[in-house]
Amino acid sequence: MKPRICIIDYGMGNTQSVGNAIQYLGVDYLISSRKEDILTSTALILPGVGAFAAAMDNLHRLELVDLLTDVVVGRGKPFLGICLGMQLLAKDSVELGLHSGLGWIEGHVIAFEPSHEVRIPHVGWNNCHIRKQEPLFRNLAEDAHFYFDHSFHLSCPHELVSATFDYGGHFVASVQKDNIFATQFHPEKSQRHGLRLLRNFLNFAASAPANTERENEPC
Amino acid sequence: MGLAKRIIPCLDVTAGRVVKGVNFVGLRDAGDPIEIARRYDEQGADELTFLDITASSDERDIILHIIEEVANQVFIPLTVGGGVRSVDDVRRLLNAGADKVGINTAAVTTPQLVADASARFGSQCIVVAIDAKQVSAEGEPLLWHVFTHGGRRDTGLDAVAWAKKMESLGAGEILLTSMDRDGTKIGFNLDLTRAVSDAVSVPVIASGGVGNLDHLVDGVKKGHADAVLAASIFHYGEFTVRQAKEHMARNQIEVRL
Repeated sequence: MKPRICIIDYGMGNTQSVGNAIQYLGVDYLISSRKEDILTSTALILPGVGAFAAAMDNLHRLELVDLLTDVVVGRGKPFLGICLGMQLLAKDSVELGLHSGLGWIEGHVIAFEPSHEVRIPHVGWNNCHIRKQEPLFRNLAEDAHFYFDHSFHLSCPHELVSATFDYGGHFVASVQKDNIFATQFHPEKSQRHGLRLLRNFLNFAASAPANTERENEPC
Repeated sequence: MGLAKRIIPCLDVTAGRVVKGVNFVGLRDAGDPIEIARRYDEQGADELTFLDITASSDERDIILHIIEEVANQVFIPLTVGGGVRSVDDVRRLLNAGADKVGINTAAVTTPQLVADASARFGSQCIVVAIDAKQVSAEGEPLLWHVFTHGGRRDTGLDAVAWAKKMESLGAGEILLTSMDRDGTKIGFNLDLTRAVSDAVSVPVIASGGVGNLDHLVDGVKKGHADAVLAASIFHYGEFTVRQAKEHMARNQIEVRL
């Protein structure tokens, strides 16, 4: 099956930038919220900029919450969440009041503590301390910088964390759990290292059981 | 290692071309925006800022096409400002591929726009651009006013207080341009930069007056800026972005190399 990436279109930001990066890597993509597109794609990417509550409202309104949960958590389709798309995986967020998230991982989205040391939002290029090299950070070094732009961060169990960043403390830069991956930074805006990371995700997706098994199913 | 200080080449665009003036007047052609954007990306620019200085509103769509084209080929953050008047203007620029949108004159005429745009799209993508000019005389306490309409109109607003107000309304970054220095190549106005940087807790981008690489170092070390923006020194080939970063690294400033 020819790989095709579905970038979830739910009215929360830079879907086209993610699409541009996927296209640059030579892989087909579409930007959609249609059930059949989500079911038939090799992998899903959930980008997102903006507020947590508005994003969850949109996912509910488009009837994507149960569908995505079934496809990703239930059936193991490879998934990459980016920035807000990572935070949405948590149980809840305190951004503009307490709001429930997708709850795919044990975690909570909280604000950075106000401090004189660092500015908020955390904007710019920071490097990651890589805890799990495979598969997302393959061929990426500790000094590889990625572009961040956020005011809230994910707090989650240690074993889910694949990389951290320093910003007046250690914070979660990326998580992974089986077929679910997510980054707080924007790989689609992180130049060559970001493209490398996206390539790693696409490679993982191409060989994931959820995709290789389907090839054997009768059409 | 930690968060790197950013170097941001700035492209003033009008009628589809990059131009550069001195003290906001006397424009000189610097080339094709897409070619220039690609060159800076290859040199390691951390971000690109496009300022649409087109006067007539019927030419506004040109910048959208340029941003679409750049976003197709260049995978670093793009900030676009100039002529942003409404939440819908912000939306159109974001949809074209801008990651952040700069609001300048409209923030003064309609401060609520900053609140509305940041509530809708998030503070992280709203940059308030402030053009400031010293109004205090020699020997008086330093005072800078906010100017609008491309630097032609004195609003009477104290630039430092204005920056704090913009932060409270939801600005995620402040792009601070010293009008006295813009295009002069004598260095940032460090007093102004430090006064604003120390007054707000959002990141501050210093702009206006860079003529050599030491000026960039000063902007960070003496001006306390989180990012430094420059145009002329890069446009006319005096320095590459890479040379600028290497110079900052030699001066113990964390950069992305």
